[in-house]
Amino acid sequence: MAKYINDGTIELDRGVSVYSCAAAVGRMESDGPLGNCFDYAAEGAELGLTTWEKAESTFQQYAFDIALRKAKLIKEDISFIFAGDLLNQCTGSAYGLRDTDIPFFGLYGACSTMAESLALASLFADMRIGEFFAAVTSSHFCSAERQFRFPINYGGVRPPTAQWTATGAGCCITSAAEKAPFVKRITVGKITDMGIKDANNMGAAMAGAAYDTINRHLINTKTTPQDYDAIYTGDLGQVGTDLLIELFRRDGVQIENIHKDCGLMLYDREKQDVHAGGSGCGCSASVLCGHILPMIAEGKLHRVLFAATGALMSPTIVQQGESIPGISHLVEISDRQEG
Amino acid sequence: MNISKKEYAKLADSYSAPSKLYITIPKAFVSGGIICCIGQFFMDIYTMLGNDTDTASAYTSITLVLISALLTGFGQYERIAKHAGAGTLVPITGFANAVVSPALEFKTEGLVLGTGAKMFVIAGPVIVYGIAAAFVYGLILFVISLFGG
Repeated sequence: MAKYINDGTIELDRGVSVYSCAAAVGRMESDGPLGNCFDYAAEGAELGLTTWEKAESTFQQYAFDIALRKAKLIKEDISFIFAGDLLNQCTGSAYGLRDTDIPFFGLYGACSTMAESLALASLFADMRIGEFFAAVTSSHFCSAERQFRFPINYGGVRPPTAQWTATGAGCCITSAAEKAPFVKRITVGKITDMGIKDANNMGAAMAGAAYDTINRHLINTKTTPQDYDAIYTGDLGQVGTDLLIELFRRDGVQIENIHKDCGLMLYDREKQDVHAGGSGCGCSASVLCGHILPMIAEGKLHRVLFAATGALMSPTIVQQGESIPGISHLVEISDRQEG
Repeated sequence: MNISKKEYAKLADSYSAPSKLYITIPKAFVSGGIICCIGQFFMDIYTMLGNDTDTASAYTSITLVLISALLTGFGQYERIAKHAGAGTLVPITGFANAVVSPALEFKTEGLVLGTGAKMFVIAGPVIVYGIAAAFVYGLILFVISLFGG
């Protein structure tokens, strides 16, 4: 049974497994440095559908279906789904998964949703209330642009600090099973407001939340960054990454060599016009499901922290002059059951 | 948190690279200039065809708006604008792009609530404050004229 350690950190029982995972991405993501590791790569962003919203939901559906198929499961095996996305009222998930006929928890953690849903799906697996649980999330560049920014064909110029919403979805299926990777601990994020008001600088708005969560996890588990093979953050981009490293440096903690950011891994910033890096739920979800988890399953990584980061804003609130609060949920994943 | 909001804002600013103005401004200047030259080219043609200056300039504006709308529809305008910046934003071509891009983007929500309602979502403020500025300008002119200006 899961054990509460302190200040948002939970230690899971042995043997909570990420039983299966899958990532489905768009063209730009499959053209990036991690291009070969995704389970499904679309030719275009619209998947031949009439709206961007339908395309996003379909990406989520694909990720879910592929994750099931890889584990030789059928949808009736799944006891609960935890899913969320960036679209208003979380419609990306609701429409993507409406035909599944599986009890559904809709989540909103902005771009931190992959870690949030995986944390909850792992806790349910730990409590053994059901057998298999799915954590699903997605984002789509075009559906996010039209909701948060401007029409795709508008010729406005993005500042260098802006990030590129990834087109893609990820799905993790958790279960109490003896199959690596294992979810060991979880640290739940706190809403952290650093006072940043620029919606084109999400990395800066979220870096404080990432620092807070990772720092609490290290303190609560009495570990240091060197105890991990890697510390992944969700989508801080270049600006947020620099800030996170600086915040730790102020505590005398070096994380440069261990820290990696999914937003910087997904694209080649030299060749792809993504400014400060990738963002969106689909960014950390596709990197986790396509790259990080398979690396752990193959034993190439042993113990990692995955801290997805989200900016809890809406265009309306930002226009009203409010600052942007961030949140970061953390999941510790290992290839071993013990320790 | 080991840092105050004020200190964090300063730190965030120092890590947030600003636009490279020494590149963007000359690019905007040259591309805006090219658009003006294209406009002048059409103006000369329309004048050569026997139109007076007012008619020729109206034809020129219509032509530039048409080209801009077509380029927007074919998804090419934003590719040019990415490099040209304010060079493509400030001339009348930018206004056309600001109207056509939401009109196309929101057509999935229908002709009335999508295209119709969202068409001026970007250009609307330009029209509102353009008219407001014209009103203030007219008022100033009127007051001056009262004193025999």
